[in-house]
Amino acid sequence: MTRTTSRTPVRMAIRTLLGACAGVALAAPALAAGPALGAEAKSSINIHAISMFVAFVLLTLGITYWAAKRTRSTAHFYTAGGGITGLQNGLAIAGDYMSAATLLGLTAMVYTTGYDGYIYMIAFFVGWPIILFLMAERLRNLGRYTFADITSYRLDQGKVRTMAAVSSLTVVCFYLVAQMVGAGQLIKLLFGLDYVFALFIVGGLMMIYVTFGGMIATTWVQIIKAGMLLCGGTFAMVLAMSHFGFSYATVVNEATAVHKLGFKLFQPGALLADPVNAVSLGVGLMFGTAGLPHILMRFFTVSDAKAARKSVLYASAFVGYFFNVIFLMGLCAIVIVGTNPEFFEGGQVGGRIIGGGNMVVMHLAKAVGGDLLLGFLAAVAFATILAVVSGLALAGASAISHDLYSRVIMKGKATETSELRVSKIASIGLGIVAITLGILFERMNVAFMVGLAFGIAASANFPVLILSMYWRGLTTLGALAGGYAGLVCAVVLVVLSKLVWVSVLGFAQPIFPYDQPALFSMPLAFLVTIVVSMLDTSRTATAEKKAFEDQWVRAQTGFGAAGASSH
Amino acid sequence: MSEAVYARIRANPKFVELVTRRGRLAWALAWVVWVLFYALVLTVAFAPTVIGMRVMEGSTLSVGIAAGLFQFVFFWILTAFYVNKANTDYDALTAEVIEDALAAGAAERGSGRAAR
Repeated sequence: MTRTTSRTPVRMAIRTLLGACAGVALAAPALAAGPALGAEAKSSINIHAISMFVAFVLLTLGITYWAAKRTRSTAHFYTAGGGITGLQNGLAIAGDYMSAATLLGLTAMVYTTGYDGYIYMIAFFVGWPIILFLMAERLRNLGRYTFADITSYRLDQGKVRTMAAVSSLTVVCFYLVAQMVGAGQLIKLLFGLDYVFALFIVGGLMMIYVTFGGMIATTWVQIIKAGMLLCGGTFAMVLAMSHFGFSYATVVNEATAVHKLGFKLFQPGALLADPVNAVSLGVGLMFGTAGLPHILMRFFTVSDAKAARKSVLYASAFVGYFFNVIFLMGLCAIVIVGTNPEFFEGGQVGGRIIGGGNMVVMHLAKAVGGDLLLGFLAAVAFATILAVVSGLALAGASAISHDLYSRVIMKGKATETSELRVSKIASIGLGIVAITLGILFERMNVAFMVGLAFGIAASANFPVLILSMYWRGLTTLGALAGGYAGLVCAVVLVVLSKLVWVSVLGFAQPIFPYDQPALFSMPLAFLVTIVVSMLDTSRTATAEKKAFEDQWVRAQTGFGAAGASSH
Repeated sequence: MSEAVYARIRANPKFVELVTRRGRLAWALAWVVWVLFYALVLTVAFAPTVIGMRVMEGSTLSVGIAAGLFQFVFFWILTAFYVNKANTDYDALTAEVIEDALAAGAAERGSGRAAR
């Protein structure tokens, strides 16, 4: 694809966007005036939310239709042909990163525990500068479709890719289940739709986006959703702050006056009371980010290292900004939501919040912006889940079709058509798995799954990935031993921790006393990888070490890197 | 063909300069981030009361929020600094290194043909 033609889709997309925005304005009142869909079954159906969500779905389906016509090759399917710009990719990364859990969970955390929420957000944020300084340009220069391209660059293709695919799929599945269960519950609450019905909507739309539109559609879904989230959040924050004359001092004074913690709100609370837990959480969140397959994959969608670096610059700006918006919203909610009986069950201020703690930001939206803003934020939350599960499904599908099918099973001899077909079947398969697991886990506490996903990413993916880029001594044997050790250790420690051992399995005392395994499993993975590699003196190991020289030049200069498009 | 280019690039002193300069900056910045972030995490873990103190008597700003906000802003500035430096200086040097290697390759092939 040449430069001139690659511009036209963008212009077209903007036109589609503008057209659809006009459509939203027209469609919303029309839908609102119509009969309430199934109002007799569920009383709390939110018409604003549903009409805005329908508008989002129609817009994204339009984009998927447009993207489907452009998704002709594997390069387009996996990486949008490398034609995404730095700004677009930055927005999409921010979109991947700011999930519904971020919006709802972190606002709720600030609302209840104050500073704990802020330290979480800082820990989520600091992964980005590290990814930029140490990884971004190398990822782009060495990788093509999946991060296994990099770890297997000079090692045994079959074995290393199999391992990368296994750990990627594990991360993707846990993350996916957490998102699906959260989605079902959230949608039930916000839209008054049935849990199972909600899962089918999310799973079904995800399959359509990914199967037909591949990375092009997934990226645009992310971009639109990130834009909606940034605008909606900012708007709600500004409206909330106007209650306090836009003064941080006023918010703090009023919030500390009504919150039961008083000024202790700004002191780390029970969540971080254990020093080891606090540090392990910091390690897991920081390095887990650098090992999440759907995040790493985003670096292959841009044309070169320059654009990869710019993506991080934009992404971290959006993420950092939005976290601070969330913090302000949480503080405002302490006063606006926390003192209003309307938002508490039975009107008991200080009792149980209607819909549970995660609904704080939604109540805040209703309080400051009425049903319209509530509807908008609810639609954004739904869109957010859709976008994140699509990114995850795409990352999982590429691990299956590119790594397992094309490279391991067919040993690189698969035709592009058959690989593309496998990737589409894999996306549908993942969608079915996601819906099924979502239904099975409906009543389970799935909070551990996101932590587990980050823990595995930090322990199984990150050590091997960073060593393959930086350490000439890495060998196949070392990578396999370390990667599997990290994977098994992370899973076992989470099973033995309170989140699974006590909350799910019902034992009285956890065997592993911390929530996040990364502080232990990540160093173990590094240690095993390094020791086994050093002990490996076989002839293949020597050849693998020697091959580092050429890889190093390509990593540094980008010479020989996969181009913007395969044709 | 690309192996030969890689070998020529490796032999170029400009490549060594590129790797050293960019590597030094990247690692220095990464260490700044690590030290500041883990200093904050360790303060949270071992001296939580310091985090909850007001920066000044009567101020509504607490030490932890001030430190956190500083990290958001400062780390982003570091990010912008690195991107700017890498996308201008280092990329120019990279382009030079690749050009040198390709030109040397072309010259070799040219002289080989002349000799034949």
